Amino acid sequence: MSKYLVDKFLFTVDRDPELVERYREDPAGTVEWWEREQAGRILNCPDAEATTWLAFTGTERAALAGHDHVALFELGAHPFLTLTLWIAMFERDHEEPLAMQLDYAARLAHKSLPYPDIST
Amino acid sequence: MAKLVAILATTHHPFYYRTSRLPAEQAPPFAAEWVRKVAAYRETLTRVRPDVLVMVGSDHFHQLWLDNMPQFLVGKAPFYDANYYNEEREFGLPRMLLKGHEELSAYLLREGIDRGFDLAFSNELRVDHSITCPILTVRPENDLPVVPIYTNIFAPPLPRPERFVALGRTLRELIDSWPSQLRVAAIGTGHLSLELGGPRQFGPHGPDPEFDAKAVEWIAKGDIDGCLANVTLDSLHEPGNATHGFMDFMLMMGLAGYAKADYADSLDLFHTMEAYFTWYPNGADA
Repeated sequence: MSKYLVDKFLFTVDRDPELVERYREDPAGTVEWWEREQAGRILNCPDAEATTWLAFTGTERAALAGHDHVALFELGAHPFLTLTLWIAMFERDHEEPLAMQLDYAARLAHKSLPYPDIST
Repeated sequence: MAKLVAILATTHHPFYYRTSRLPAEQAPPFAAEWVRKVAAYRETLTRVRPDVLVMVGSDHFHQLWLDNMPQFLVGKAPFYDANYYNEEREFGLPRMLLKGHEELSAYLLREGIDRGFDLAFSNELRVDHSITCPILTVRPENDLPVVPIYTNIFAPPLPRPERFVALGRTLRELIDSWPSQLRVAAIGTGHLSLELGGPRQFGPHGPDPEFDAKAVEWIAKGDIDGCLANVTLDSLHEPGNATHGFMDFMLMMGLAGYAKADYADSLDLFHTMEAYFTWYPNGADA
């Protein structure tokens, strides 16, 4: 399990307007590219000093590639990161204020406490 | 010595800025009351004429990340750029520039470390809405130097509630004994019950109104012991998955000591309850 890397994907995509659009339009391709080219970047180090061992599990890769926020919740991805990025990508598809956020919550309605552990 | 003229503990609601600027015909029904309450709260700071603000908040995965996560961090810089692209995008928050107060930062770091808090520091900190929301609400002129103090309420493992209270107590001792003639106000922002990214998010009220009522009472009465007896890292999951932000309120309770708040107000909004508390440790006319 590489919960940290899932969070890192959500974090690095959310802070980059171009990546937000790229992930919205081509989730599988963006996840594949990101894992190959970006996953090992240490954010405060030169590119040459990258991490060599980080990789998604198949389940994590599929959840990200499928824009499956319920699966990400179950995997313990940080809910703030997922929500923020989902708002950036999908709020525009809803006409009523907060409709996207309420739909997001409704899809998680079957989840009860304790929620999955988000520790990394 | 410096004079601690006010302690403010409040929620930070990133939607306030945009909501408060909407024309009346576009504003939601709760906007007018919200603006009135914030204006009244602002006066509790204005009246004590502070010179410098010690500001407690928490980075929301903007600059601080899981590859190097401090538990408590003090900004030490002459300026702080503020707010991020995703806050502009989601909340309509403006880019800002806050002045720093390096002398007070250096003092709090040195003395805080010597009193058992191994504080991290940053000489280049871009603060986010946990710091700028209270500037926009209670000091919109943005004319005072600040010392930002970040806490980790976001990325487990977190410090326990007792540690937040203890840091608040230590900050109080340090501010009270700062060799300066300046008037200091301490402002901290956190949350009551809050759910983000879970099934209980964005309901008609905060996810746990019962918790909110208890929390407001603990804070208003200065009931640190009652609060600590009922709040643990585990228990904070129950009122909502982002409720650990309540520990920033607990830090401010530690700073205020066992004292009733001189000003307490709240507002039940969709999604979360807003709460506004002020203490005047040296009297309202100090």
